Amino acid sequence: MKATVHVMLKDGVLDPQGEAIRHALGALGFDGVDGVRQGKVIELDLADGTDEARVREMCEKLLANTVIESYRIDLS
Amino acid sequence: MKAAVLVFPGSNCDRDMAVALREAGADVRMVWHKDAEIGDVDLVAVPGGFSFGDYLRCGAIAANSPVCAALKAHVERGGYALGVCNGFQVLCETGLLPGALMRNAGLTFVCKSTPLRVVTADCVFTEGYGADTVVSLPVAHHDGNYFADAQTLAQLRDEDRIAFAYGANFNGSQNDIAGILSQNRRVLGMMPHPERAVDPATGSDAGRAVFTGLVRQLADA
Repeated sequence: MKATVHVMLKDGVLDPQGEAIRHALGALGFDGVDGVRQGKVIELDLADGTDEARVREMCEKLLANTVIESYRIDLS
Repeated sequence: MKAAVLVFPGSNCDRDMAVALREAGADVRMVWHKDAEIGDVDLVAVPGGFSFGDYLRCGAIAANSPVCAALKAHVERGGYALGVCNGFQVLCETGLLPGALMRNAGLTFVCKSTPLRVVTADCVFTEGYGADTVVSLPVAHHDGNYFADAQTLAQLRDEDRIAFAYGANFNGSQNDIAGILSQNRRVLGMMPHPERAVDPATGSDAGRAVFTGLVRQLADA
């Protein structure tokens, strides 16, 4: 089984990289981009039967820094 | 005074840190990241560099290495710790210091000498400078943009735990924070590099007071 973890900066935490991307899109002529947030996607190959609580523990302990980041887990 | 300098794959200021501590009179040993014990020391120094290539987040992998479990135990026993640059990032990732260090607001790696204000002199690390003095130290980082929530920032201010503040904020750090102390004032994390400024022959000895103060006070303790 697979889990996909999306890690994003929390709302209210300024994302300097997202801002730089927004400026670059504007410079390329893409109007109307009001905001860009950049995050990361982590794919995990897991033993069958691993439950979401286990993946959440991985996120809390290592995959995300919950001071500045939030995460979302998709199991498939 | 006995000190340990932690060494991770990708540390690159570990030997500078050892030199700075030895010059000040400390008995220094290097401790590899896989070691689960640090031994009986007064101070643990977490050096600068790019531990584990900054993979995942700066300091995140190092913070979960065996030696950092020993570092936490050392701090919980009331031991002293100094984290510089990547070492500050590691201390934040372990939770020994609050907050996090994010990408510089300008997105560039900044390498220069920069003026810092010593905000509090009420700790062994900065007592040698005196409060409200200005000291110029080298910085060299890409991720030194200090972030903490409003409550934590208020707490740092109210408890007089901001050790150093940037004279000119070049990386976006909240409240110009360059270095902070733990609640018991025995753990200091800072982005600037005092260990790179301990000899006039290499440009400056403005960082020496951090190490001479540490050694003097911990030798007496």
